[in-house]
Amino acid sequence: MSIADIRMSPAEAALHSSAAGASEGVSAGAGGSDEMRARIWTLLEQVSDPEIPVISLLDLGVVRELRWSGATWQVVITPTYSGCPAMTQMADDIVAVLAGAHLPVEVLTQLAPAWSTDWISPQGRQKLHAYGIAPPAALPAQPAGARVLRFMPRQEAAPAVACPRCGSQETVETSHFGSTACKALYRCLSCREPFDYFKPY
Amino acid sequence: MDAAVVQTVRAPSAYLLHLADNALVLGQRNAQWCGHGPILEEDLAQANISLDLIGQARLLYALVASRAGDGSTEDDYAYFRDATAFGNYTLLELPQYGPLVGHAHADMDYAITITRNFLYSALMAPLWQQLAQCADADLAAIAAKSLKETTYHLRHSRDWLVKLGDGTETSHARMQAALNHLWPYTREFWTETALEQQLQAAGVSLNWHDLAEDFQALVDEGLAQSTLRLPVQEPGYTSQGKQGIHSEHLTYLLTDLQSVARAHPGAQW
Repeated sequence: MSIADIRMSPAEAALHSSAAGASEGVSAGAGGSDEMRARIWTLLEQVSDPEIPVISLLDLGVVRELRWSGATWQVVITPTYSGCPAMTQMADDIVAVLAGAHLPVEVLTQLAPAWSTDWISPQGRQKLHAYGIAPPAALPAQPAGARVLRFMPRQEAAPAVACPRCGSQETVETSHFGSTACKALYRCLSCREPFDYFKPY
Repeated sequence: MDAAVVQTVRAPSAYLLHLADNALVLGQRNAQWCGHGPILEEDLAQANISLDLIGQARLLYALVASRAGDGSTEDDYAYFRDATAFGNYTLLELPQYGPLVGHAHADMDYAITITRNFLYSALMAPLWQQLAQCADADLAAIAAKSLKETTYHLRHSRDWLVKLGDGTETSHARMQAALNHLWPYTREFWTETALEQQLQAAGVSLNWHDLAEDFQALVDEGLAQSTLRLPVQEPGYTSQGKQGIHSEHLTYLLTDLQSVARAHPGAQW
């Protein structure tokens, strides 16, 4: 049986996610030494997003947890968008990198808490900017249990998105959706260049 | 650990399938624009929205399959059920052609697409928000994820509703005709059937009064800016898609969706 065989599909694994929070306390157990854990984090830093190769899955905030189950290393990831086709690729890439280092690995998908662009690391945001993708604005704080109407005001104040090329704040949204599920299209009114904007989510 | 006692409340499978079927059927319907969008950006938009909807459907089907514990998979629910087993709202299976274009299969009216997406998102945004707080932890997780996507879909369709409704004389007339055509199907949202009663009995209680109020507020706000008017609601037939009684259109849609899987059952690639 190859290592890849024991990996669940993200949709299957998602179903086992609800109990994940309860087992956090035991994750630091026996077989997984801190040294090994640090080594795996270093390996994971090499796994990049399949569609935005400049940013790693760690920078993206997709990898939520690393657990030693007693037999395998469990990498817990959270999907960006429900139907994002890159998710299976991400799981495959993680398995490939760790299996390449002869480590037993399985990738689990966890839905809650839902992924947010606020989890993209500061380095990740810089890398996006340098690559020509405007990083997402911070999400406005939402009071718990608020009714949907309160955060859908009549006139949404669109956050100013700075052009990643010239830095101008004079930009307009040209399309709500772009080349991947996570991006929208913008255009800079100063340098006239179109650019991608990573949607705050 | 007390993981065993965490999972006590479970929404009935019939309700999860209803939510999943809604997402799958509208996702498949909107995917008809792929390669045929009125402009490139909107072609991409509909494909992206479909991707989100089909992703939501997958999560829900996979949840039902795992709870059934009979070795079934998400594919069994999407590909190997007939139209009468589908519990989606009739609104979502209606073709893309509206009252003002021809009735050939290939005729598609973007006014129908936008208006339907707007009505569906205006229902689902407050519904996902309520479900995100519900006692079924797995469903709550899916709802919290879907809420983010649905809020964005609502913004997209609302923007176009305003652009086209408050646009030219022609675009306004087409949007109004689309709204008049689709609005009566929203009555189905509010009829109480065994589905809602089972949900309540399982311990997942929804506040239907707030839901109806939130939906109406979102619709009224969007329509006011679009200069569109709700048609006068006349007594008449209320569609019953969620009970498995569908229009003829669903069968054609499912035939398209399921043909490959049914021609090669169990195929892997």
